Amino acid sequence: MRTLVSGRRGPLARLLAAVALALLLAAPEAGADEFITVASTTSTQNAGLFDHLLPLFEAETGIEVRVVAVGTGQALRLARNGDADLLLVHDRPSEEAFVAEGFGSARFDLMYNDFVLVGPSADPAGIAGLGDAAAALERIARAEAPFLSRGDDSGTHRRERALWQAAGNDPGAASGTWYREAGQGMGATLNTASMMEAYTLADRGTWLSMQGRLDLGVLVEGDAGLRNQYGVTLVSAARHPHIKAEPAQRFAEWLLSPAGQAAIDGFTIGGERPFIPNAHWTRDESPG
Amino acid sequence: MTTPSILPLELRAVSFERDRQRLLKSLSVRIAEGPRTIIIGPNGAGKSLLLRLCHGLIAPSEGEVLWHGAQGRDPLRFQAMVMQRPVMLRRSVAANIDFALSLHRIPRPQRRRLIAEALERTGLGAFARVPARVLSFGEQQRLALARTWALRPQVLFLDEPTANLDPAATHVIEDAILAMAREGTKIIMTTHDLGQARRLADEVMFLHRGRLLEHAEAAAFFAGPENELARAFLRGELLWWERRELTPPGTRV
Amino acid sequence: MTDIGEAFAAAFSLVYHLDRDLGEIVLLSLQVSVGAVAVASVIGLPLGAAVALFRFPGRGAIVVVLNALMGLPPVVVGLVVYLVLSRAGPLGVLGLLFTPTAMVIAQVFLVTPIIAALARQVIEDMWSEYEEQLRSLGATPRRALGALLWDGRVSLLTAVLAGFGRAIAEVGAVMIVGGNIDHVTRVMTTAIALEVSKGDLALALGLGIVLVALSIAVSAAVALLRGTLAQAQAR
Repeated sequence: MRTLVSGRRGPLARLLAAVALALLLAAPEAGADEFITVASTTSTQNAGLFDHLLPLFEAETGIEVRVVAVGTGQALRLARNGDADLLLVHDRPSEEAFVAEGFGSARFDLMYNDFVLVGPSADPAGIAGLGDAAAALERIARAEAPFLSRGDDSGTHRRERALWQAAGNDPGAASGTWYREAGQGMGATLNTASMMEAYTLADRGTWLSMQGRLDLGVLVEGDAGLRNQYGVTLVSAARHPHIKAEPAQRFAEWLLSPAGQAAIDGFTIGGERPFIPNAHWTRDESPG
Repeated sequence: MTTPSILPLELRAVSFERDRQRLLKSLSVRIAEGPRTIIIGPNGAGKSLLLRLCHGLIAPSEGEVLWHGAQGRDPLRFQAMVMQRPVMLRRSVAANIDFALSLHRIPRPQRRRLIAEALERTGLGAFARVPARVLSFGEQQRLALARTWALRPQVLFLDEPTANLDPAATHVIEDAILAMAREGTKIIMTTHDLGQARRLADEVMFLHRGRLLEHAEAAAFFAGPENELARAFLRGELLWWERRELTPPGTRV
Repeated sequence: MTDIGEAFAAAFSLVYHLDRDLGEIVLLSLQVSVGAVAVASVIGLPLGAAVALFRFPGRGAIVVVLNALMGLPPVVVGLVVYLVLSRAGPLGVLGLLFTPTAMVIAQVFLVTPIIAALARQVIEDMWSEYEEQLRSLGATPRRALGALLWDGRVSLLTAVLAGFGRAIAEVGAVMIVGGNIDHVTRVMTTAIALEVSKGDLALALGLGIVLVALSIAVSAAVALLRGTLAQAQAR
């Protein structure tokens, strides 16, 4: 008789229990006990730098590094809210403002590469070989040749706006005509520019990792105004007591140390080095 | 039955209105413990409405429904109803009865015995584990009866329980109703089948267009009703001279 | 469009080589979305049923809002959950930001309205059939609710599946509150978004193909479950 009336606990309940159990058992292993969260930019992640660096650091220290890769603007926002333990971005003025406002305790130069002005081989504005990026932009504006901007308040976007300013031009008024704002990451912007036969400003790392798939070429490079300096900034534990200041500092120290600098130096894409280490920090002026 | 009965049931000047139509008109009646009460009348007379009012599923627009024996107890707990189209839960035959028993807070060990008994008496013993919804219409009607039987109600309402059933299935249902009545359950049932009324009734209520036209002992009623319309109904005449409002299909009256 | 051909090649290569990272990402996607749907069902099914059964002031407004919330933009939900879970936010001390738990929380907000709104419709239709019978049998509102949920299980499963479809496919919310951290909070959709941002469209589409295959597999599993449920009547 018992089986007659036990309909409520049918196969559904058993199946659901089994699924729940399976998922619980398969829950991701807690990972290293100790981890830090680094707010960084899409350009470093897209180039694959962290895939190269992090295993080295983790093997040495056992500290897991979790990278949240977003635009520079959002990365600064995350750190400001206390949601990241370390900042690794490439917009020096805003990094220094971050420290000055008390959100960060110190900022160090880490490495650099450069931006390149890329465009279609037809080069309708005739900028190929120019040594001055601002002059090149001026020609593009005059020719009203299509230019694709990141338009996402990233470090690259901020640099592009600074260059337009140096050229004495405000392309914002032309937005939607020859000046177009993608609102996307570097890779997607490069893809779109390639299809639109437009000029765009790209960081060298992403450019190197993607150039094989694009109908674009480097037209302007080497200008001092195109230098792209990355910095590492410690988040202030005075402002956010919960952050993991100690392991975050260890990661910063490692990046700036000869071992970390050598690791950055050793990272290549197709034989080229997308990032050139340039930390000028010595033990005497220990960060923090 | 050891617990005191909730009967007699009294309706005091009960009216029911829907969409500005008076479907039951100032009905007063007293229904006592004992005799099997059969409510007859043509379609649309308000029989089904009357049952649902007595059972408490709908509230009267005017008047009162009183259970004089209730003495503060919830009368619904001592009643059950077999609907014209009973709703079977999407579970087994046995589990359908078990559900009803659990609602009445019958402890689990007792339930098994009650379920087996009810299935036995309605001839559904072999169907215990069959999904209720795959039963034939007649079998579902028997299950509805078994479900109420297991509850051992003091009062059982039945709303045209054999409409659309073949004679054999009707016979099984009528037998079960008589058996429940013998065990002390008060039967209040509607039908438009005069033969069935003759077979089952101890007393008859004749309803027509929302009015109770006659309430009499079965023998007296069938020998010759006082009401002219009831006489016509018994003769099998269509009560055509009464203007009838057609209700659109799908509305429940 | 050679990219499409490359995408299928990438998809087959990913599956064929049983890529470990892919396995991890698929598993996390399932854990997050199934977890969110489970929580959303526990909240949404009774909620939908209650709105269907009970008459109370403001009920009409709730129905309209529930239906409208089915179209909540994931990015907005992600942003709100981020602001709440951020260290600077009210629940920051829990330290849930950038964890799978945060992703489940965000998806619960996306999925619950879908399950509740669809459940309300199912239960309301059933209630018109069941109401008098259940009241006659003496069911309390709570028991009636339970009986309707159980009897509507096959139709309600479709509501739950619709919720799962929403959860497994959305990227905006999990990207913001999860952070798309490799080996920690990277799921199928955020991995696809990352490959798009890297410009590797073939790999992105390859992952997309794997995601669609996964959805089909889940849908097939639900179809099997439905068969089992239909038979559950027999017990």
